[in-house]
Amino acid sequence: MDVMKRVPVREQEPQVRAKNFEEVCLGYNAEEAMAEASRCLNCKNAQCMKGCPVAIDIPAFIGQVKEGNFAEAYRIISQSSALPAVCGRVCPQESQCEGKCIRGIKGEPVSIGKLERFVADWARENGITPEPAKEKKNRKVAVIGSGPSGLTCAGDLAKMGYDVTIFEALHKAGGVLVYGIPEFRLPKETVVQTEVENVKKLGVKIETNVVVGKAVTIDDLQEEGFEAVFIGSGAGLPRFMGIPGENANGVFSANEDLTRNNLMKAFDENYDTPISAGKKVAVVGGGNVAMDAARTALRLGAEVHIIYRRSEEELPARVEEVHHAKEEGIIFDLLTNPTEILVDDNGWVKGIRCVRMELGEPDESGRRRPVEIKGSEFEIELDTVIMSLGTSPNPLISSTTDGLEINKHKCIVADEETGQTSKIGVFAGGDAVTGAATVILAMGAGKAAAKGIDEYLSGKKN
Amino acid sequence: MYKILKAEKLADNIFLMEIDAPRVAKACQPGQFIIAKIDENGERIPLTISDYDRESGMVQIVVQIIGASTQRMSELKTGDYLEDFVGPLGCPSDLVTDDIEDVKKKKILFVAGGLGTAPVYPQVKWLHEHGIDADVIVGAKTKNLVILEKEMEAVAGNLYITTDDGSYGRGGMVTDTIKYLVNELGKEYDHCVAIGPMIMMKFVSLLTKELGIHTIVSVNPIMVDGTGMCGACRVQVGDEVKFACVDGPEFDGHLVDFDQAMKRQQMYKTEEGRAMLRLTEGATHKNGGCGCGGDK
Repeated sequence: MDVMKRVPVREQEPQVRAKNFEEVCLGYNAEEAMAEASRCLNCKNAQCMKGCPVAIDIPAFIGQVKEGNFAEAYRIISQSSALPAVCGRVCPQESQCEGKCIRGIKGEPVSIGKLERFVADWARENGITPEPAKEKKNRKVAVIGSGPSGLTCAGDLAKMGYDVTIFEALHKAGGVLVYGIPEFRLPKETVVQTEVENVKKLGVKIETNVVVGKAVTIDDLQEEGFEAVFIGSGAGLPRFMGIPGENANGVFSANEDLTRNNLMKAFDENYDTPISAGKKVAVVGGGNVAMDAARTALRLGAEVHIIYRRSEEELPARVEEVHHAKEEGIIFDLLTNPTEILVDDNGWVKGIRCVRMELGEPDESGRRRPVEIKGSEFEIELDTVIMSLGTSPNPLISSTTDGLEINKHKCIVADEETGQTSKIGVFAGGDAVTGAATVILAMGAGKAAAKGIDEYLSGKKN
Repeated sequence: MYKILKAEKLADNIFLMEIDAPRVAKACQPGQFIIAKIDENGERIPLTISDYDRESGMVQIVVQIIGASTQRMSELKTGDYLEDFVGPLGCPSDLVTDDIEDVKKKKILFVAGGLGTAPVYPQVKWLHEHGIDADVIVGAKTKNLVILEKEMEAVAGNLYITTDDGSYGRGGMVTDTIKYLVNELGKEYDHCVAIGPMIMMKFVSLLTKELGIHTIVSVNPIMVDGTGMCGACRVQVGDEVKFACVDGPEFDGHLVDFDQAMKRQQMYKTEEGRAMLRLTEGATHKNGGCGCGGDK
């Protein structure tokens, strides 16, 4: 074996997976995992850990995998992460742990993500679950939202012995893990439900169908006896472009399409929720959500184009997602920007008018600003347009909570170290604070807030 | 799980349910709605609240059968359960949140069409309880489709019933009755609330604009989550695109683009119909085998 190269991971063939919703990546088996683990140099001053937002002891768990001690590896990961089976699948490892791996200087970095996934899957298949706290503190904490930040915050607090209740607006726990990320990247029943169940096994109660800001306010929760509240409500409001024709039938937000398909399982004949699949679909945007929406539409039988105004280099999506999308046959129309959606007499989309772009000087984000090429307008005939332009935080909570400071982007202002907001006893983290970001950053914020809440409540007399 | 305390058929394809949902009952206000889901496979269905009791924790809804999920829901009986019931969603009616003294000065007309009688009722009841009597027009296609008549009679200032076919009450459209009240009886109104099918709200709004009566309508577009997340419910209101679930469901009737809203309501017509067929006939309509091609 060439130590410079990773042990390859098995995947479903592109032509096969383009027609089903089964998971694309099949993961390592025990033998492959141990071989890959043996590539780890076990650095004393491990750079990979510095790249991990929840600071998993990566060399220690990989060391155990190398020896075949998978249960011990799981115990080490669980000390830092509440959702390893999720993170092993959806973290942008190439820019975090693996991006800092010393092996990566001369060869390919160790497949830390795939190893984490293997350990978590092994633990699930072998019925190993995290241990609940031995001593209960009998103090109540409310967590709003059961996405990555909420589950992490709740799990950590429960391990410290707090009496935690999660309030979830939707009918199923998991937040973006359930409604946003598709089945073929993150299986719902096996992976997400198991991680949610594991958090429940730590003693966390989950109350679904409660919209905080509508059914109850944060002040109500404080009156109900919750001594601290964590807001992890995410960034849920979809953005649109504001171009003509955007309210036509056949124009959807990526959120709507993904929610219909992932949460409501519209792809499955046995579920009542409809989805308008489309025959020729344009997805506007270049992030991970755009890739998810495009690959979902492809699996529903459509020809799919990604329309993105910058070039391939600037695509914000993970390299692996772009690679998978291309393999499956998604067509990339880069340096292209929509100017109008064309609508037929019945109010349905019949096409999209676009303009070609070129890259000019860098803007504030450091990326080269796309500039329209005059006279380059052209039209594409199609029947469906999916807007995937990012999301902004939902005002349901901030608008109903007195004394909760928000910034100009409508994000809740919270201390990075502790999650403390401008309101006493109220903490926040994840996309509600940062705007749309990644699962692992939200988990990192949930973890920091759990520590912040513990410090706050320890200082406050019972 | 949410217990069905009462299930009752009101008319063909229309049924009423009382649900045990204490959190919703405690917080809801006239004008708001809920989302119900019958079971794992069901659709999330936005439904207006027709009544509630904070003490007992009861929330009453009125449902029309339009797709597979509502069909299955209509078969449930007292003592059965709904898997999910979330709310209250949307904003309360302005009449409830505005300064009561200002509201008392208004001469208010409600126009309810068909199923729209259900969301009108709690508003009229709330006003009645606060010493305000409003005139109410209830319109329906035919006599059998007039719902909540007795309940409405008890709380309305004057109740005018009209049926399209003249089988009960006055004959003709609700707009005919509005003209009758204003032109022939010489009544003056400065606030109108119209709730019913989009087409009715459109024509009521056109008429009240002519008559110079400020008009509020409650739209019922397609929704998924009901919390602002999916944007399926977007409605053009004047120059702005609004999300009915968080910005509404009530908007200025003189600003809503009803033609667009009606087109948007048709979006899943075929898919909903397909789910219905699957329920009644089995999987006979898969993959557009009949050549309907999505009804576009």
